[in-house]
Amino acid sequence: MLAYVIRRLLSTLIVMAIVGIFVFLLLHLSPGDPAAIIAGDNATPEQITGIRQRLGLEDPLPVQFLRWFGHIAQGDLGVSIFSNEPVLKLVGQRLEPTISLALTTLLIAVTLAVTLGVLAAWKADTWVDRLLMVVSVLGFSVPGFVVGYLLIYVFAIELRWLPVQGYTPIAEGVVPWARNLVLPSVTLGLAYVALIARITRASMLDVLAEDYIRTAKAKGVANQSMLLKHALKNAGVPIVTVIGIGVALLFSGVVITETVFNIPGIGRLVVDAIAKRDYPIIQGVILIFSGVYVLVNLIVDLSYTLIDPRIRY
Amino acid sequence: MSAALTNAAPSVRPAFRPWRFIRRNPTLAAGLFILAIMVTVALLAPLIAGDPLRMQPAQRLRPPSAQYWLGTDSLGRDVFARLVYGARVSLLVGLSVATFSILIGLTIGLLAGFFRTADAIVMRIMDGLMAIPAILLAIAMVSLSRASLLVVIIAITIPEIPRVVRLVRSVVLSVREQPFVEAAIAGGAPTWKILLRHIMPSTFPPLIVQATYVCASAILIEASLSFLGAGTPPEIPTWGNMVSSSRLFLSRAPWTIFAPGLALALVVLAVNLVGDGLRDRLDPRLARRM
Repeated sequence: MLAYVIRRLLSTLIVMAIVGIFVFLLLHLSPGDPAAIIAGDNATPEQITGIRQRLGLEDPLPVQFLRWFGHIAQGDLGVSIFSNEPVLKLVGQRLEPTISLALTTLLIAVTLAVTLGVLAAWKADTWVDRLLMVVSVLGFSVPGFVVGYLLIYVFAIELRWLPVQGYTPIAEGVVPWARNLVLPSVTLGLAYVALIARITRASMLDVLAEDYIRTAKAKGVANQSMLLKHALKNAGVPIVTVIGIGVALLFSGVVITETVFNIPGIGRLVVDAIAKRDYPIIQGVILIFSGVYVLVNLIVDLSYTLIDPRIRY
Repeated sequence: MSAALTNAAPSVRPAFRPWRFIRRNPTLAAGLFILAIMVTVALLAPLIAGDPLRMQPAQRLRPPSAQYWLGTDSLGRDVFARLVYGARVSLLVGLSVATFSILIGLTIGLLAGFFRTADAIVMRIMDGLMAIPAILLAIAMVSLSRASLLVVIIAITIPEIPRVVRLVRSVVLSVREQPFVEAAIAGGAPTWKILLRHIMPSTFPPLIVQATYVCASAILIEASLSFLGAGTPPEIPTWGNMVSSSRLFLSRAPWTIFAPGLALALVVLAVNLVGDGLRDRLDPRLARRM
């Protein structure tokens, strides 16, 4: 087990190094002079030179890379071109809204998706199953921002049940905090629910076809206990895997959801950075999101032994 | 094996019966039907719709009417005309990204699956690419170049490639152990011939299905990028740009947002339906489960 954990940690580091190389090369292999593009159309030659020096673009590529990588390894993600603040500090200020949104979404989406997936598998080939599968295809097809604006229009503008946009820190009260997060979480979670529900259903169908389920039914185990204790537990590995892979979907969605609902989180930071061509921020957020994604999937891999004691490394 | 099947089939192809096709493949037929309408509308755009760029300040935010079927936006532009022209961009992006990512992914996947030395390196690179959220990677690429449709297509293609590579590689890994490949190697067939003639055809059924999913995802990402202001230049009418420029008018003119939103959902749904339908036809074992 320990050998496996070490091996897995090493491969995580390699993947992160490759992500770093990608993000670094992106700036340098893009067509045209990155300094000129970042400076914008109305920049003076002095401004362009200034940016080139700030980003260290005048040194040979390998030198630049090693210097950049050295900074990253020490947790220094660079400095925003626009506000001159360290990227890490800017991200830190935006952390609470994004973490709140991601965690509430994760909680709602996983609970809902697993319930629906189990239900669909239990009622396989009935109208319940078909309806759920149609809804899940819809969940994949409707873009996040359309769902968001539809929810705002119905529940905030027409019915006035919930606030239109914005974010209230949890320190100012749990109820206002939660009220602001309902619509964004549903928006962000929809595609995620569709993905997890489909895999849950598929995995459950496999398990429900096993002999021991027939035995459980034959000896009169109640439906609920049969589904949850006998079947779902054994269907867990693919479900947890897709929850981990889906985190990438969640991160892409955060950027869009925060824009629709005007939530001052990390996603919004990136979108503001696009308009200002503040590349160090974009770079830094990509590294952070990719790092969290790799970490989550490492945890998922290691959790297999807990879900299924038959798996040994 | 495939030769035996071909010989066993009757030499005269049965006549195509549309009703039977629809009854047996309802999802595929529904998807193809919606897509056919969309493609026709996109191709015939100049005949169907007026000028999508003409601004009429006096006609701002008009609700749907006989003159403007879907109303006008905040600059007095015809929403229906913009919707029709926007279909061109969405379909073009979907088709291009699907084609490019399948071609590149197929090449890399075949090589990685067949040559063990290349495999380890290539797959680590793909793992790295997959760890980066697709929209963020595309945002970074677009924000570093002058915005154009080509840059958007490239920026969406790159994050789609690893999924294709993984799929192709997994097929190659299972097929290369099959007796008919062993026989080809023993018979002295050159490596390129083994790859192209004996292994590559097995990747086609899953690849065709994957291509539809890549296409759907590309259309969604293009719209999202345009919506975020990191996509197709704002002067080109796209569905994402339409929503983006109407954001502030949600309560006053909801049609400016929901018309392009609905069009997007419909076209992505159609492509997904085609994908599900093809999967049911090409891989009946998987169909029952998903």
